[in-house]
Amino acid sequence: MHVVGQPPAAPARGAPGLAPATGPARALEPVLRPLRAYGEYILAAASALGVILALWAAFFYAPTEAIQGDVQRIEYVHVPLAWVAYLAFFVVFAASILYLWRRDERWDLIARANAEIGTLFTTLVLVTGSLWGRPVWGAWWAWDARMTTTLILWFIYVGYLLLRSYTGRSEGGARSAAVLGIVGFVDVPINYLSITWWRTQHPAPQLPLGGEPQAPPAVVETLLLALLAFTLLYAYLLIQVYRLHRLQTEAERLRARIESA
Amino acid sequence: MITMITLRRFGAQTASILWKDLRCELRARQVWMAMGMFALLALVIFNFAFDLRVDNVAAVAPGALWIAFVFASILGLGRTFAAEQEHGSLDRLLLCPVDRKAIYAAKLLGNLVFIGAVELISLPVFAAIYNLPVLTGGIIPIVLLGTVGIAAIGTLFAAIAGNTRAREVLLPLLVFPLIVPVVIGAVRATQGLISPLAGDLPWLGLIAAFDVIFLSISAVTFAYVIEE
Repeated sequence: MHVVGQPPAAPARGAPGLAPATGPARALEPVLRPLRAYGEYILAAASALGVILALWAAFFYAPTEAIQGDVQRIEYVHVPLAWVAYLAFFVVFAASILYLWRRDERWDLIARANAEIGTLFTTLVLVTGSLWGRPVWGAWWAWDARMTTTLILWFIYVGYLLLRSYTGRSEGGARSAAVLGIVGFVDVPINYLSITWWRTQHPAPQLPLGGEPQAPPAVVETLLLALLAFTLLYAYLLIQVYRLHRLQTEAERLRARIESA
Repeated sequence: MITMITLRRFGAQTASILWKDLRCELRARQVWMAMGMFALLALVIFNFAFDLRVDNVAAVAPGALWIAFVFASILGLGRTFAAEQEHGSLDRLLLCPVDRKAIYAAKLLGNLVFIGAVELISLPVFAAIYNLPVLTGGIIPIVLLGTVGIAAIGTLFAAIAGNTRAREVLLPLLVFPLIVPVVIGAVRATQGLISPLAGDLPWLGLIAAFDVIFLSISAVTFAYVIEE
C-alpha cells in the first residue's frame, strides 16, 4: 500500500472517478506537491528520531520521581498519546464541518483518517493509564472525570468507525459520519462537566495527573520533547492513513466501473 | 428574517407530518405497546438484579428508572423512520416542498409523544413497586428535560442508523455514549427529589443546556443526513 516517493499527480491522472480538488485543498496544492515528494522522508526520519530521543530522555535524562519511582516515567508516553488523541478528534470535528460545507471528498478522508488514528491513540491512552494507575493508585481503573470522559470518547469514535464500516464509501455515509464527528466532539465538554459534577459526590482519588506545579526543568523538557515527537509521528501516520483511504476509495470506484461495464 | 408566514408554514408542515405518524401508530400500535411493556419489564428485572431493600432502594432506584426509560426510548427511536423505509416513502416526503427542519421537528415531537406516554404509565408503577415518593410536581421538569435530550439525539441518529444495514444494532451504540450527560443529570436530579442533599448541583440546568445545544445542532445537521 506504500507509494512513498511516487509523484503526487500520478494516482489522480486517468482516474475519472476522482473528483478534482476544489477549495482549500487546491489552494494548498503548490505547497503540498513538493512536500509530498520529499517532505515525507524528512517527516518519517524526524518522527523516528524524535520518538527514540524522547524515550531516551524519559529513561535516562528525566529524574526519578520521589514517591512513585520509575513508574512515573510512563507519563512521558501517556500524556503525548492523550494530546495526539484529542488533537486527532479535533481535526475530525473541523474536517467534518469543512466536508459538509465544501463537499470536497478530501475533507472526508482526512476526518476518517483522524478518527482511526484518534481511536488507536485513545486505546493506548486507556491502556497506559491503567498500567500507571495499578501501581500508583492500587487500581487499574478509577472513575475519575478525565478517565471517564476519555472512555466515553473512545466509545463515541468506535461508534464512528462502526458507522463508517456499515455505510461503506458512499456519499451518504460520509455525510452521516460528518454529523457524528461534529456532534461527538461537541459532546465532550458537556460530558466532562457532568462527570466532574457526578464525581464530586464521592471522595475523589488523589491524582498525579496534570503534573506537579514545581516540576523540575528536566521533567518539563522531556515532556515537551515527547509531545513534539509524538506530534510528528501523528503527522506521518496521518499522511499514510489518508493516502491508504484515497487509494482504497479509488480502487473501489475502478472496480465498480469494471463491474458495470 | 423569519416572518409570520414562514413560521406558520413551518408549523403546518410539522403538524401534518406529526399527525400522519400519530395516526399510523394509533392504528397499528406497533411501537408504543412494546415500549411500555419493555419499560415495565425492565423495572421489575432491576428489582431482582439489585435485590432492593428499604436501605438501598433510594440510592439505586433512580438509576433503574432512567435505564428503563433510556432502553425503552431506544426501542421507539429505532422505529422513527421505519414506516418510511419499509414503504420507500422517505424519497416522496423529501420531494415535497417541506422544510427539512419541519421533518426533524415532527419526528422529534412524535418520539416525545410516544416516550412521554410510556413514562406517564411507568412512573406510577415505579412509585408503587419501589415504594418511593416520586409522584410530585418536581418530577415533571426532570422527566421532560431528560426526555427531550434523549429524543433530540435519538431522532437525529435514528435517521443516521436508518441509512445503514444494521440500524437496530448501531443506534444504541451511537446514542448511549452521547447521552451520558443527560443520564447522569437526570439520575442525580431524581435522587435529589427522593432524598434532597444540601448543596445539590444544578443538574436541571445541565440537562437544559445539553437540550438546547443538541436541539440546535440536530436541527441544522438533520438536512445533511436525510439528503439523497
